[in-house]
Amino acid sequence: MNIHTIANHLNGLGDNSSTGQRFDCYPIDGDVEVLQVNVVGREEIPIFVSATENQILCISYLWGEDEVVQESRTEMFETMLGLNIPMPLSSFAKIDDKYVLFGALSLDASMLEIEQELSVLSDNCLEVIDEMADYLK
Amino acid sequence: MGILNKILTAFRGGATEIGQNIVDANATRIFEQEIRDAEKHLTKAKRELTDVMAKEMQAAREIERLKRTIAEHEGYATQALEKHNEALALEVAQKIAELEQQLEEQQTANASFSDHAARLKDLVKKTERQLADYQRQLSMVKTTESVQKATASITDSFASSNSKLLNAKDSLERIKARQQQFDDRLKAAEELETENSDKSLKAKLAEAGIGEQKTSANDVLERLKAKKGS
Repeated sequence: MNIHTIANHLNGLGDNSSTGQRFDCYPIDGDVEVLQVNVVGREEIPIFVSATENQILCISYLWGEDEVVQESRTEMFETMLGLNIPMPLSSFAKIDDKYVLFGALSLDASMLEIEQELSVLSDNCLEVIDEMADYLK
Repeated sequence: MGILNKILTAFRGGATEIGQNIVDANATRIFEQEIRDAEKHLTKAKRELTDVMAKEMQAAREIERLKRTIAEHEGYATQALEKHNEALALEVAQKIAELEQQLEEQQTANASFSDHAARLKDLVKKTERQLADYQRQLSMVKTTESVQKATASITDSFASSNSKLLNAKDSLERIKARQQQFDDRLKAAEELETENSDKSLKAKLAEAGIGEQKTSANDVLERLKAKKGS
């Protein structure tokens, strides 16, 4: 499984995705190949997909450290930890100074599973930002 | 120090700049070499274990054979004694003594093979566990590096396209507004559709002479005529 196979599949889906979402994919050059997946209508919060030796990682950036209301930072962490298990398929993480939601898939995952992962991750992102807006500037 | 600890220490130390690796490439290579060595040890230990287990089985078979032969000869000796052939009985007894000596040797060898096999099995298990642990740790290092590189690519891509990741609340507002606009359009289209279907129904009713009728010129003329006649 590589990101080009995923890109071709998602771009080819058009209106026929199993999740009702439309995906636009753009490969990003770099040391590690990354695929930017835009869910149509939600271009502001793209998902970045990369494949390592043993897993496919789907990551969405939520907000930067500079957007967090510092006084409620601890409360925000507790909410994140509390949500980590009930939130389907996605988990919170931090990369550098950015908070992210991510999901990891096996390299053997089917295209349908990848579609579902991306759709759920996108839904989760919107919901998380909505729910946690009070912790943000 | 475990790999997870190294990764966390590196993060705390701020080693998250682009191009700065969590564990330097040389250390990763040494680690990969350790994994390959462990794999070699494992293969060797497994091969040795197979040999020892084969020898153990051979010894066990030999023990069974000797026991059977001893029992057989004990039967012969008893029969010789029953026939009062003391000399033959003694000869058989000597043979039994020899066989018993052999049996003892085989039993000692078998016990030693069993011990060796048990030790090797422990070693194989330990090496397998260690190998799985090394591989898990290597996977953590590689994933961390990969995510860092991917993040660098993403950041570069955003920088070069002059676009930037928006503030989370603004992003959500824009997405919601777009969704609202879409919903509004859908609603408007639905309303229009209903209106159109209402109109067409009214037209059909009128054609069938049902409901409110339009006054035609003929009707007016008829009405005027009727008025004049009265």
